[in-house]
Amino acid sequence: MAVETRVERTLELADRVVSAPGRGRGLTWSSALAYVLLSLGAVAMVTPFIWMLLTSLKPPPEMVQFSFLPQNPTLENYVRVLQTANFGRWYLNSIIVAIISTTSVVFFDALAGYTLNKFRFPGKELIFIGMLGTLMVPTEMLIIPWYTMSVQWGWHQGLAQYWGIAFPGVITAAGIFLMRQFFDGVPNELLDAARIDGMSEFGIWWSIALPLVRPAIAALAIFNFIGNWNAYIWPLIIASGREYYTLPVGLSFFRGESTTEWEKIMTAASLASVPLLTVFLVFQRQIIKGIALTGLKG
Amino acid sequence: MRLTLHQRQVLWAYIFLAIPVLFFVVIRWYPTLLAFNISFRDWNVFEASGPWVGLEHYRQIGEELFKPRSAVRAAFWNTIRYVVYGVPSQLVLGLAIALMMNHIRRFVTLYRVAYFAPYVTSAVAVAFVWNWLYQPQTGLINQVLSALGLPNQPFTKSPQQALQSITAVAVWQNLGFAVIIFLAGLQQIPEMYYEAARIDGATPWQLFRHITLPLLNPVIVYLTVLGTISYLRMFALVQNMSPQGTGGPLKSTTTVVLEVYREGFSSYNMGFAAALTVILFLLILLITIVQLRFLSQRVEY
Repeated sequence: MAVETRVERTLELADRVVSAPGRGRGLTWSSALAYVLLSLGAVAMVTPFIWMLLTSLKPPPEMVQFSFLPQNPTLENYVRVLQTANFGRWYLNSIIVAIISTTSVVFFDALAGYTLNKFRFPGKELIFIGMLGTLMVPTEMLIIPWYTMSVQWGWHQGLAQYWGIAFPGVITAAGIFLMRQFFDGVPNELLDAARIDGMSEFGIWWSIALPLVRPAIAALAIFNFIGNWNAYIWPLIIASGREYYTLPVGLSFFRGESTTEWEKIMTAASLASVPLLTVFLVFQRQIIKGIALTGLKG
Repeated sequence: MRLTLHQRQVLWAYIFLAIPVLFFVVIRWYPTLLAFNISFRDWNVFEASGPWVGLEHYRQIGEELFKPRSAVRAAFWNTIRYVVYGVPSQLVLGLAIALMMNHIRRFVTLYRVAYFAPYVTSAVAVAFVWNWLYQPQTGLINQVLSALGLPNQPFTKSPQQALQSITAVAVWQNLGFAVIIFLAGLQQIPEMYYEAARIDGATPWQLFRHITLPLLNPVIVYLTVLGTISYLRMFALVQNMSPQGTGGPLKSTTTVVLEVYREGFSSYNMGFAAALTVILFLLILLITIVQLRFLSQRVEY
């Protein structure tokens, strides 16, 4: 028997954001106007991306004459950019960092959120407030201390830089808060039954509670992956050599080297943004649902 | 010794929380305190210490704020302008788009994807694409202006237009987020309120003014605070859209965080940079407290 909890209601609302059609009733003058304005807006949103891709397909001589579509489309820019810059390495670095932090975030945020929802123990309030309170402190205030600590502990050199780039985001307060809310929807009777069967506490979390919050885990994972992939200021500071740049940092330095060759810069921007845009198009429902969830306070 | 069920549970809770608690103490709380400490010192990063100078950096910042050509003064002043231009634009456009999307039946997914795509794109890539769109002669926007017989605009090349041009890009990038949050808020309003009001002969404007707007109040407050914080932290767009990443032309686009980066990691003036971050932190704290005040005022209906 399903008891409607506030969490289930929140999930349902978030679902409606992605799946419900609008509330409009047929085609009226006002809905026709809405279609026109929304389409104009959508063109303004999408044109920069299309212009980026079209520019990246133009051979250098076409850059001086103006035409919207490339006359002789070519992939030559891609070959040249991939040969001259360390793009392959930067992809690899971004993937390594995003995988380290996302795996860790999913594991620890879910474990901590579960514990803070389902267990009673002394100091629970203090720990929860202590974690949530860190949300008030902006990253920018921590970069100087983090840099000092990384230099002291050698996290700014060699392979340790991967850890140096990733460590600030391996556990997140917002994720713990989200997961704590979601475990509310897991019935305590289910967990108690498993306890009576003699299952270990870790086993109960891993094989009973965790599968029940899969949608929330997916949202958290995708969200963190995107956030880490696009992270800029901290990787910019901590990555000391170009072999350890992540994609956004590498891209930023790449501009410095080819200031006026826009076809090359647009090629580099395409290389950096197309993979994530593809991920977004594939998972758009989950991503948008995840965003909607952050705005709906259960 | 046998533990009771409750004692065993307490033990497991501590085991499960050990690593997260350690993380928050070492990677979040300790650095927060360290930031205050550094701001009172002439910090040397390689010795991880430095002579205590007390409030000297804060006094310097106060002094800079009254110097006409100071970068710090420009940074604070510009940061406020980014907030003042960016947040209302994002809210008004976001709400208008969400209301329109809620009003139609078809193509909603398509629109949602289009409006949200910039939000998942790296700010650096976004900055470069817009640098190219904004180019004086060859840029797409000026090409279109010429074709329409309108004068070319310098955009980020002119101290008068640069800040607004960068704000427009930030709004373009973050708009989709506001739209989704507004859509979620609109879904929370029960349809029966509208039906009841329509039966009483309410006009669409009255429905919006007396039902939608008041019931969206928590969402508006949430987006205002989140938006304000994000514009107070402007960095990646400005660094990648201003010449040589210095917040120009003529300091017209520099921000507090950009000055933190330049002072801390170009001039290695870390104590001074830390003092700037402490001030930023206090600003954000103030806004969060205001948010909590507003959110606790529940709307009666």
